[in-house]
Amino acid sequence: MPSIKSLEDLKRIREEALEKRKVKTAEGSIQVTVAMGTCGIAAGARDTMKAILDHIESNNVSGVIVTQTGCVGKCDYEPIVAVTMGEEPKVMYGRITPERAHKIMQEHVAAGKVLTDWVIPA
Amino acid sequence: MREIALHLLDIAENSVAANAKNITLTVCEDLQSDLLTASVIDDGRGMSAEMTAAVVDPFVTSRTTRKVGLGIPLFKDAAESCNGNFFINSETGKGTRLDVKFQHSHIDRMPLGDLSTTMLTLFVAYPNIHWLFNYVAIPANGLPEEKFVFDSQPIIADLGDVPLTEPVVLTFIREYIEGGVARVQAASNCKSTIPQLIK
Repeated sequence: MPSIKSLEDLKRIREEALEKRKVKTAEGSIQVTVAMGTCGIAAGARDTMKAILDHIESNNVSGVIVTQTGCVGKCDYEPIVAVTMGEEPKVMYGRITPERAHKIMQEHVAAGKVLTDWVIPA
Repeated sequence: MREIALHLLDIAENSVAANAKNITLTVCEDLQSDLLTASVIDDGRGMSAEMTAAVVDPFVTSRTTRKVGLGIPLFKDAAESCNGNFFINSETGKGTRLDVKFQHSHIDRMPLGDLSTTMLTLFVAYPNIHWLFNYVAIPANGLPEEKFVFDSQPIIADLGDVPLTEPVVLTFIREYIEGGVARVQAASNCKSTIPQLIK
């Protein structure tokens, strides 16, 4: 049971985060987007997003921006997760359970390997 | 949807889509009056009176990717099946306010669910929006009310350019929200011994 944090700790946390960031070289930005329309939420997108955040915490992954978008019109593929690595084209994955989200973080985000089986066909 | 917290996430996404800069989400478990109420208030682009009246119809949506919008009708239906009600007030250019009420002890009331994850994902995904989350419990047994207030603005101000998805920051925010929600949840679990009869 973690102790209840106080906002006074924030400045220290900030210093800590900046310190860690200095160690990392400036890689291209990585953006992970979870579709969070009604269709996505009903299909479990919040748990998928939580799994991505949990992965970032437990594996100490720095430099990844996680954001959300609305319905992208492919509701039958929800939950949908899109990964953009630097200048590379966006890859859109469909039916991403929390387990699959962990795998995407491990293989695509960390190692640059696109998981073609889960990519939504154009 | 299986949780009220998921419905609230869905409604807050509407506020984000309406370009709101300030979004306030409030949940109150009032066991003294046997009510669970929630509201989402935004300063987004708002809707005309016609649109406001029409959005509770599943075949009306402002979205262009498909022709049905189920979020609002589903939430309204969930509330109305639990002796509750559902109101939307909106004004073009001013914003939208949504209020929902459930009979807390109603057998069909879905659980509040994982409110902390709803708050966390909204804040992390949209750090540029000023979020205000309130979670209040009024115990049935006369104990004082318990309240958790989360204001995103001082956090963003303190962090400066450090993103919320930096692991240390994320851990801090998650534990802060989870701790606050758990504290209120504990107070809301102090139930009265005899459930109130439905009027």
